[in-house]
Amino acid sequence: MAKMKALICRECGKEYPTEALHVCELCFGPLEVKYNYDEIREVMSRASIESGPKSLWRYKELLPIEGSPTIGLHAGMTPLVHAKNLGAFLGLDELYIKNDCVNQPTLSFKDRVVAVALTRARELGYETAACASTGNLANSVAAHAAQAGMQCYVFIPGDLEAAKVLGNLIYRPKVVEIEGNYDDVNRLCSEIAGERRWAFVNVNIRPYYAEGSKTLAFEVAEQLGWRAPDQVVVPMASGSLLTKIWKGLNEFQKIGLLKDVSTKVNGAQAEGCSPIATAYKNGRDFFKPVKPNTIAKSLAIGNPADGYYALKTVEESHGAMDAVTDDEVIEGIKLLAQTEGIFAETAGGVTIGTLRKLVKQGAIKKHDVTVAYITGNGLKTQEAVVDSVGRPFRIPPSLVKFEQTFGQQGAA
Amino acid sequence: MTKLRFHIRFPEEKIPEPVIYQIGHEYEVVTSIRRADVRETTGWMDVEFSGETEEIERAIAGLREKGVLVDPIELNVVE
Repeated sequence: MAKMKALICRECGKEYPTEALHVCELCFGPLEVKYNYDEIREVMSRASIESGPKSLWRYKELLPIEGSPTIGLHAGMTPLVHAKNLGAFLGLDELYIKNDCVNQPTLSFKDRVVAVALTRARELGYETAACASTGNLANSVAAHAAQAGMQCYVFIPGDLEAAKVLGNLIYRPKVVEIEGNYDDVNRLCSEIAGERRWAFVNVNIRPYYAEGSKTLAFEVAEQLGWRAPDQVVVPMASGSLLTKIWKGLNEFQKIGLLKDVSTKVNGAQAEGCSPIATAYKNGRDFFKPVKPNTIAKSLAIGNPADGYYALKTVEESHGAMDAVTDDEVIEGIKLLAQTEGIFAETAGGVTIGTLRKLVKQGAIKKHDVTVAYITGNGLKTQEAVVDSVGRPFRIPPSLVKFEQTFGQQGAA
Repeated sequence: MTKLRFHIRFPEEKIPEPVIYQIGHEYEVVTSIRRADVRETTGWMDVEFSGETEEIERAIAGLREKGVLVDPIELNVVE
């Protein structure tokens, strides 16, 4: 029997074949992958995982592909760093950083979801990959498509910064700048996805694409010595990542790889785009879409597709949510870099800033095993910190001047 | 005949108005409501509009003119 049973509607439960479908024909609810856990339990063990490849594909039994992986073979298995310095600063004994700044090949967690999406897309017979993106997702789709020899279309808003456009063009996809605002890009991409036989990774392939995020839960559980953390702090854009980390932990329990999962799942947003965290604060079970205005561009989704499910996940896991200002984002980036030597993009600043707040509020306690998810590399968003990291010391080429500046012992 | 799916949202002041009825009268589109949650202060519907593509686009523009927010069924797809 196949390990994937069906696609299932998250709202009405109607089942569909495992094809390129993403919306329930009946109620228009989103679809997700349903697995044969009894079958998977028979073939997946801690030992089988530990003898697997050093990539996310060591968990392939719980990923939505039918054959062997073909695209994105090096994604995943990023370091889980015991952040002793940052932990001491925050008053946490067991703080860990899941460092997807070094994910391969494009230095963000998107390499996980794209590896899964395009492997599945190939299985479904697609020859063209596409996405609508302003940053990390476009980089990852373009890079993977180049390696796989697939055609690639990347749709971007017409006013995107030149550096970000370049980051895509280097892989030679067809980059389409759409005149108009963000909403116009959104609408057109949805329509194109309906018209063309393309693997639009975050539209018609979304049920498979989103499953790749579960590997961030699988890896953490394995790297902690086969236990679930007490707390996780997860940045939220669409909200999908947060819901899939929860799904992943629960799947490991379901197939017997974890005994107990009582993880509190906490969500982090930037105040300039915090529809989900605001709904949580106001005690609402629905969110109000917003127009994003934050330096944390990779989280700037004002009308998040999984916002409702993220709220449900946090409630179910007894976690919390909060949001931070842009200044707190920058402080978070600097704090992580200066304590742990990890340079995160702005989403990482959101996570660290929110972690600080949750510790201060007492939601995360000293002895909790806590994992903060850092999802992208700081080299991609250097403009965010360029004015807040100081300047180099400038001296003439003279030993005397050097010693005048830094003293005999070399300390300034 | 084209069928397109949308997520539409009503701001508080539009809740009492029979917007879906009006759209059916003003444009040659048929509306099928699949899911909805309308409360005192906010409301949304997942709908399918059937008709000629241009007429559906006119209906969408008409909804927006009335102050109703119209998004693809997938919500934000730009990531």
